Amino acid sequence: MKKLGKWLPRLYVAVLLAIMYLPILVVVIYSFNDTKLFQWEGFTLDWYRKLMTNRVIGQAFWNSVKLAVLSSGAAAVLGTVGAIGMSQSHFKTKGLLENVSIIPIMIPEIILGMAYLAFFTYLQIPFGMVTLVIAHTAFCIPYIYLNVKARLAGLDPSIGEAALDLGASRTRMFWDITLPMIFPAVASGTLLAFAMSMDDVVISFFATGPQVTTLPLHIYSMLKMGVTPEINALCTIMLGVVFLGAALLRLLRASRKAQQ
Amino acid sequence: MEDTILSIEGIHKQFDTVKALDGVSIDVRRGEFLTLLGPSGCGKTTLLRIIAGLEHPDEGRILLNGQDVTDWEPNRREVNTVFQNYALFPHMNVERNISYGLRLRKVPKEEAHRRVEEMLELVQLAGFGQRMPSQLSGGQRQRVAIARALVCQPAVLLLDEPLGALDLQLRRQMQTELKSLQKRLGITFVYITHDQEEALNMSDRIGILHNGRLEQLGTPDDIYERPITRFAAQFIGQSNMVEAQVLDQDPDGLLTLRYAGGTIKAKGQAQPGELLTLSVRTERVKYGKDTRYGFDLSGTVKAHTYTGGMLRTTLLLPDGQELTVSGMGGSDERVAVGTQVHIQWDPACSAIVERREPGEKA
Repeated sequence: MKKLGKWLPRLYVAVLLAIMYLPILVVVIYSFNDTKLFQWEGFTLDWYRKLMTNRVIGQAFWNSVKLAVLSSGAAAVLGTVGAIGMSQSHFKTKGLLENVSIIPIMIPEIILGMAYLAFFTYLQIPFGMVTLVIAHTAFCIPYIYLNVKARLAGLDPSIGEAALDLGASRTRMFWDITLPMIFPAVASGTLLAFAMSMDDVVISFFATGPQVTTLPLHIYSMLKMGVTPEINALCTIMLGVVFLGAALLRLLRASRKAQQ
Repeated sequence: MEDTILSIEGIHKQFDTVKALDGVSIDVRRGEFLTLLGPSGCGKTTLLRIIAGLEHPDEGRILLNGQDVTDWEPNRREVNTVFQNYALFPHMNVERNISYGLRLRKVPKEEAHRRVEEMLELVQLAGFGQRMPSQLSGGQRQRVAIARALVCQPAVLLLDEPLGALDLQLRRQMQTELKSLQKRLGITFVYITHDQEEALNMSDRIGILHNGRLEQLGTPDDIYERPITRFAAQFIGQSNMVEAQVLDQDPDGLLTLRYAGGTIKAKGQAQPGELLTLSVRTERVKYGKDTRYGFDLSGTVKAHTYTGGMLRTTLLLPDGQELTVSGMGGSDERVAVGTQVHIQWDPACSAIVERREPGEKA
C-alpha cells in the first residue's frame, strides 16, 4: 500500500509527460532521419538544408514573422492604452465594456474567422497582408489588455501621484513611472500575442488572400500531400523558438517578482 | 498677524454620498509644525490631497504664499508630499528617487548630485545612494521618501501618516528626528496622524478633524487642557464627561453646579439653569478628605485597576454615575474599596464642552 502511494504519483507524471511530449519527440527525431520512411536509417541534416533552400517556406516564414510583429506591436500599444484609460476612468457601463472587449478570446476562432471574411468582403478591402494584420491585431489586444490591467490593479496609485507631486506633468509621469512599472506586463502580453499570431491557422485562413500565405497555412497545405521530413524539420525549429520564448517569459516573470 | 504661508479656506468635498470635508478653514503659519489629527475617515487625508493638488475641492480655496492655487496642477505647486506608504519609485535606486524632482527642474547634474548627497546625509543614509528601494528596511524607505520630498525645498511639506507603518520603537525615534529636522530646516510641516501622542509631542499646533469638520485648532496644551467640544475631549486623553446644571454664578466668575446629588465648582460663563457638559481629565480628579475647592460631592471607592505606572480608580457617585480617576501607580497605600470619600478637582481644570438650555434635547 505504501509502495503504491509512492509510485502512483510518479506514474501519473510519467504518463502525462509521455502523452504531451512523445509525439513531439517523434517529430524531432524524424527530422534527423535519413529517409522518408518511418524507420531509422541514420542521422542527417539534409531536411534542414532542403528547408533552408525552400523559397516558398522562407517567404511564408517571413510573412508570419512580419504579421506577428506588426499585429502584436499594434495590439501592445492599443491594449496598453486601453488598460490605462480604463483604470483611470469610472463610468456606469465600464464593467460591460470591459467584458465586451475581452470576449473575442472566448469566441470560437472559426466564427471570428468567418466574421472577418464577411466584414472585409463587405468593406471591399482586398484580402492580403492588410486584412491579416487587422484581424490578428484584433484578437491579440485582449492578451495585452488583460495582462496590463492586472498589473495596474496591483500598482500603488500613490507612486504615480508622487511623480506629479515632485513636479512631473502627466505625460512625464507616464514615461518615467507608469510605463517602466507596467513594462513586464506589456512585454509578456506581447510575447503571448506574438505566439498566438505566429501559430494561428483558422483566422488567417479566412482573412488572407491568394497572394499571401503564412507559415502555419503553408504547413497545413503541405500536409495535404503527406508528411515529409521537411515539415518535421520545420516543426523542430519552431519548437525550439517556442521553448526559447517560454524561457524568456519565465525570466521576465522572475524579474518582475524580484522588483516587487 | 503672524505670517501665513498656506490658507485653507472653506473647503468642501463630497465623494458620492459621503461628505469628506464640510467647510474646513485653517491658516498655516510659516515655519510651524501643524498636525491634523483625527480618526480614520475624518477627512484628513482628503484635505492633504487637496492641498497637494491631487484632489479638487467642490468648494473653497487653497492659497499658497497668498496665491490662489486651487486650480493648479500638483506639479506647479510648491508643496511636496511624503506618502503614507512611501510611494518610492521601485525601478529607480535611492539616488535617482531623490534626484527625480531635481531632474524635472533641470538642475545641473553636479549640483543635483551635491544636493542629493546632502539630503542623504541629513536623513542619515549616506552611502545608500545606489541601493534599490526593495533593499531597504521600512525606516530607511521612510527616510528616502522624506529626502525625496525635501530636496526640492518646498514651501510646505505634507506628511500623510509617515510613521504609520513603523514599529513603536522606530516610530518614537523618527518622531524626534522629524521634529528636529523640521526645526533645523525651518520648513512648514502639515502632518497627518491618528496617533494623539504623536500629535501632542511633535506639533506646534494641532487641528482635530471629525466627520469632515475642524473640531478644534490650538496648541497641544490648549487641545489637551481646554478642549472645546465633546469629541475633542474624548479623542485625546482620558476624560470624565460631567453633565451638570448651573445653580449660581459667583461675582468672581466661579460657577456652582448641581451634579450627582451634590454640587461642584467650575470656571466659565453660564446662566443659572443652563445644562453644561464638563470635561474633567481623569488625572485631575482628587478624592479623600480635602475640601479646599468648595465641592460638596461624595462617593465611594468602587474598584482599582493597576496598570503598572498608573492606578485607575473607579468612584461610585450617589446617583449611580461613575467617575474615573488616574493616579500614580506604586504609591504606598490604596484607599480601600468601599471607603466613603470626598471628591473634588481644581475648578480651573474642567472645560465646558457642551451647553444647552433646560428642556432642550441632548
